Amino acid sequence: MEAALGLMRRMPPKHSETALSALLSLLPHRSSDLLSQVDQPLQVLCDIDSGKEFILCEYNRDADSYRSPWSSKYHPPLEDGTQPSSELRKLEIEANDIFAIYRDQYYEGGISSVYMWEDDNEGFVACFLIKKDGSKTAHGRRGYLEEGAWDAIHVIEVGPEEDGTAHYCLTSTVMLSLTTDDESSGTFSLSGSIRRQMNMDLSIAEGHLCNMGRMIEEMEGKLRNSLDQVYFGKTKEMVCTLRPPAEITQMRMPES
Amino acid sequence: MAEEEAPEVELSGKQKKEIAKWFLLNSPCGEIQYVAKDVRSVLNDDGAYDEAASEAFPTYNKAQMICLDLPRRMGEVLITSFGELEENRFLDPRTAQVGIVDHVKQVCTDVRPATDEELPSPYIEEFRCALDAEVLKYVGEAYPKGVCSVYCTKGKDLEGPGSDFELAVVIQAARNSPQNFCTGSWRSVWNIEFNDDMQVLEIRGQMQVGAHYFEEGNVQLDAKHECKDSTILQSPEDSAISIASIIRHHETEYLGSLEDLRRKLPVTRTLFPWHNTLQFSLTRDISKELGIEK
Repeated sequence: MEAALGLMRRMPPKHSETALSALLSLLPHRSSDLLSQVDQPLQVLCDIDSGKEFILCEYNRDADSYRSPWSSKYHPPLEDGTQPSSELRKLEIEANDIFAIYRDQYYEGGISSVYMWEDDNEGFVACFLIKKDGSKTAHGRRGYLEEGAWDAIHVIEVGPEEDGTAHYCLTSTVMLSLTTDDESSGTFSLSGSIRRQMNMDLSIAEGHLCNMGRMIEEMEGKLRNSLDQVYFGKTKEMVCTLRPPAEITQMRMPES
Repeated sequence: MAEEEAPEVELSGKQKKEIAKWFLLNSPCGEIQYVAKDVRSVLNDDGAYDEAASEAFPTYNKAQMICLDLPRRMGEVLITSFGELEENRFLDPRTAQVGIVDHVKQVCTDVRPATDEELPSPYIEEFRCALDAEVLKYVGEAYPKGVCSVYCTKGKDLEGPGSDFELAVVIQAARNSPQNFCTGSWRSVWNIEFNDDMQVLEIRGQMQVGAHYFEEGNVQLDAKHECKDSTILQSPEDSAISIASIIRHHETEYLGSLEDLRRKLPVTRTLFPWHNTLQFSLTRDISKELGIEK
């Protein structure tokens, strides 16, 4: 099983579906483990009532149905599907509204969804999802990428309140895929997934949403920086650290 | 999704071999031995694995243009299709030696001097050698761990001017620190056609960059670029200088253009006003509830 996960970390992300199905055929008895541990692109359904789309994941699933964050109804309809408490549902509605604005500011399009549920420790768990398709034909208003996608899953475990603070544990997974293919610059493909965790103890004076929002924003910023540094920084370092700086800076304007 | 009974269909030896081969061929630069270990384990069929390895490794080694040490400290040899004399025999034109290679182990097991038939004529060698010297200089400056080689790919037996011939320049630089969960590679191949009729050099370049980061997941970069250029055919030394300078120019420009692509990642400068937006939405709701128009 370790070997299988090792392979998933080495195979090109753009072929991850092929790699996964090869592994499933070799290790059928491990299929549920493999499927749960391997990141897969986010899928979407449309809420019948509002016509708005919502993102599917394990956290809004019950049997084969998925709960919409807009109407809280299951699609396809499900009798007695799990629902958050009414208190939590209020917070969930608010979270969806504000996260939609955040998503719009950073991604200028895309879809977001937030799901919350009580956990066993008197706290709760919130899952913030973003699906951004950067291709020319899809949501992005700034669509100059041939094909670009950024799927983010942020799961925050919120501990019970103690002396006006709460403990937040954020686990973020980002799956991205950026490709360009044109006459002048050739083909370029950067894709894959990163997972990282962040723990914080914060005062709840401004409310949970503020805290969670800020953590997510910080995390996404850090992940973008990592990508930036690793790919463009390190790649350059790896292959040509000794290039005379004059040659490079003359040709490119520094980022304003 | 509901749990399904896993179908108890055993894959055939051939199917297993094809799967193993696919994994091996798709290994990132410098990682095939790690992939091999995992594939062997997951396949659980050494016969199928060995067959897959014997087919996949030669293809992988040539595509990655790996560099192997020659035995007895006789130098290095690049594994490329240009230098392939027979399946396991690769020519190093610079030292006129032939390395005997074990592809699966990725080592050179023996070395011998090249025969006259395997080497280009003195006339061609003049051009090849001059170009090799210039490229070596360039690679030494531009790539910290770069290796290169120049082969004659057409017309190697020409005795003098009057016909076309072709040389191929191969450059490879890899930075592998698997302990830092990071590997990267640069590969470029430049085909130069020496056109006797027109007295010009037609140059075609293919550049490929790869990187793999797997500390916190699996993200890979794969970028390719092709370009063309030309210059006049001159003496071996002057041609060499021209060609090397053209290669340097295009490679530098390409690496620069990759920088530009950084800007396409979604980035914003100002932080999102969580507190204010919440306040705004709360205020809005309260006004609605109280029936107050804002």
